[in-house]
Amino acid sequence: MADTATALGTHPASVTLGLPHRGRRRLNRRSRVGWLFVAPFAIVFLVFLVAPLVYAFYLSLFTKGLATGTTFAGIDNYIKAFTDTSFLNGVWFVFRFSIVLIPIQMLVSLAAALVLDALTTRFARFARLMIFLPYAVPVVIGALMWGFLYSPSFGPLSQIFGLFGAQAPFLLSPSNVFGGLIIVVTWQWAGYYMIIIYAALRGIDPTLYEAARIDGANAWQVAVRIKVPMVSSALILILVFALIGTLQFFVEPSILTPVANGSITSDFTPNIYAFNLAFQYAQFNYASTISFALGIVVFIAVYIFLFATRKRGSFLS
Amino acid sequence: MKGNTVKKKALAAAISAVALAGLLAACTTGGGPSKASTGTSPKLTNCSNKIVHKSAPEVSVWAWYPNIKTVVDNFNNLHKDVQICWTNAGQGAPEYTKFQTAIASGKGAPDVIMLEDEQLTGFELQKGLVNLVPYGANKVKGNFSVGAWKDVSQGSAVYAIPVDGGPMGMIYRKDIFAKYGITTPPTTWTEYEADAVKVKAAGGPLFGDHASNTPQVDTALIAQDGGTPFTYDLAKPKDIKIQLDSQAVQDVLNYEAGLVKQKLVGTQDQFTTDYVSGLIAGKYATYIGAAWGPGYLTGAGVGKGSDSGQFAAAPLPSFDPSDPSVNWGGSTFAVTTQATDKTLAAEVAEGIYADKASLTNGWTTQTIFPLNQSVLKSSAFVNNKSAFFGGQQANKAVYIPAEDNYKGFDYSPFTNYYYAQFTTLLTKINAGTLSGTDAASQLQSIMVKYAQGQGFTVTQ
Repeated sequence: MADTATALGTHPASVTLGLPHRGRRRLNRRSRVGWLFVAPFAIVFLVFLVAPLVYAFYLSLFTKGLATGTTFAGIDNYIKAFTDTSFLNGVWFVFRFSIVLIPIQMLVSLAAALVLDALTTRFARFARLMIFLPYAVPVVIGALMWGFLYSPSFGPLSQIFGLFGAQAPFLLSPSNVFGGLIIVVTWQWAGYYMIIIYAALRGIDPTLYEAARIDGANAWQVAVRIKVPMVSSALILILVFALIGTLQFFVEPSILTPVANGSITSDFTPNIYAFNLAFQYAQFNYASTISFALGIVVFIAVYIFLFATRKRGSFLS
Repeated sequence: MKGNTVKKKALAAAISAVALAGLLAACTTGGGPSKASTGTSPKLTNCSNKIVHKSAPEVSVWAWYPNIKTVVDNFNNLHKDVQICWTNAGQGAPEYTKFQTAIASGKGAPDVIMLEDEQLTGFELQKGLVNLVPYGANKVKGNFSVGAWKDVSQGSAVYAIPVDGGPMGMIYRKDIFAKYGITTPPTTWTEYEADAVKVKAAGGPLFGDHASNTPQVDTALIAQDGGTPFTYDLAKPKDIKIQLDSQAVQDVLNYEAGLVKQKLVGTQDQFTTDYVSGLIAGKYATYIGAAWGPGYLTGAGVGKGSDSGQFAAAPLPSFDPSDPSVNWGGSTFAVTTQATDKTLAAEVAEGIYADKASLTNGWTTQTIFPLNQSVLKSSAFVNNKSAFFGGQQANKAVYIPAEDNYKGFDYSPFTNYYYAQFTTLLTKINAGTLSGTDAASQLQSIMVKYAQGQGFTVTQ
């Protein structure tokens, strides 16, 4: 994209200076060409994102009971959604999940990135690849794999606990499922975030470290006082990614549902609830409403977060 | 030269823009149901089978029986006037999801679809299925038992043709029963509990399993105990009677909660790898299931190793000797309202899986329990010695009497929702955080509220 801007930018600038008459024509042509460049994106964007959203919003304004026909409901569906315990419990769950998950993920990925940044051996490259690997495993496969790891009869946990003659805990039982999913998601995404932080760390001018060392800073101080503040915008980017992703939590719990002995319910997260409403219970209208209601929640959460970090975060401004 | 580079760059930029947009579109999850791809109409393209008589008109069919390919080939060989174009659109829920979407969008459904009994009412109410009486359904009525026919009927209308049923029984491990001195299998649920206590006291394995993912079993037991969770008649589509807080429901749930609390039965979800391996390893003394169970379990590897020939079937224990038989599962073929030629589609629904070769293939591989009387009454079927049951004549002893005694069941038009809510409550019962009585009253209020929200007039 940046290439396009520079490629186009050089010609017309000189034209507008010299020849006003022909310049306007050129300018029109230029804007038409501009649209042409935007078109491939714009068409896909409109057809696959904006149109479905508009249609879903339209659907969400109607209600269709199994026994009644379709009627216009206005905002009634939204009132219903925000008083629906299934939806509210789901939202509460994903919020609690974000609050616990995001700090853990960030600490793990930041620590890994700092260590890898400090190392320059061949082992560092290998380790970087290995830490990144879980992200390269498709989420569905990863979740299936964890389903086996957690299995009370096949999993390594049962064997480890068996050595001591103890019964292994079932990490997907109703009381453990929260922690069980935290592990799965951290494993899946920490490597990806690590790469983002690592890339930001590589972008720091090394002379800063030299200066710090001359001033007597040790490695720990360099990491905490220089590196971390320098990558803070990458950290905020990760935070926003993680927040949006977690609020829309869907794949891992839905894959693990069959092996979770009922701990993962049909309204476990708002997205699972919306999916089941639409495709299991034939309530497309209300499912659209739940999707939009979740969208509203995500928007508010991200806005509050960006507002709170507006001084440090600069990637959106 | 320079212009060339600019063009190349522009082209690259345009390509990357498209790729980026594609990525963005793929990444977003916030949209509504419009994102669900139903695909194009499956009609007459991508048949998974060979068309024998190429000039004959074709009818599209969705089905997932393990031996469906044989069944379709048999049909196509026998019929010159119509040919089946078969697709496997998923087993159970995935197929219903696609059908649900096809109904909502008004296109994309096949002509003929395989559906389980419990799904019919919901799709009938959404006007997804065709009444087959004008298309000659009553000609084949005589092939089926009264109960089997009632499950596919609404008053005088008939919405599907039965194929396979699920009369329930108790499967038990002979070796475990012998080891712990149980000489005759329990015939009542009280005896079942007493035997379970006995086995546990002697340090034996779990006596059974109360899974949260089989609300069908609990529903069947409720029916056995005389409960009628739902009373629904399509003639009055807006009226439904819901009785999930009745004595029968409370009794069944309290009974199961009691077994779980005493740790007499496990709480492992069924059909999971953990459950099947436990069954093979002799972790459970009994398995409460339907006639199609052995076929499924054999497929999963049960009864093939050290546990070979250790299983036997007994009639389902009852609460009361006069209890009726109950069913779990059962499947049918229905004609969808989107069918292009309903007469031909009805001919397929009535004729598929009804020829002798297909039925024999089905019951000998134990993938179906056929409801067709020609099989049920045939001596080969009646006297069959099941290898899974170590040569026991299980059909004669257990499943045929159970099927003959089956009177049918009223399913609600929102079975999926009911099962999902029931599963949530069963999980709580299994975790010991909810009593049977409380579960029954919660289930009642959840279902009443849902039905009212869907526009039904609910009587309780």
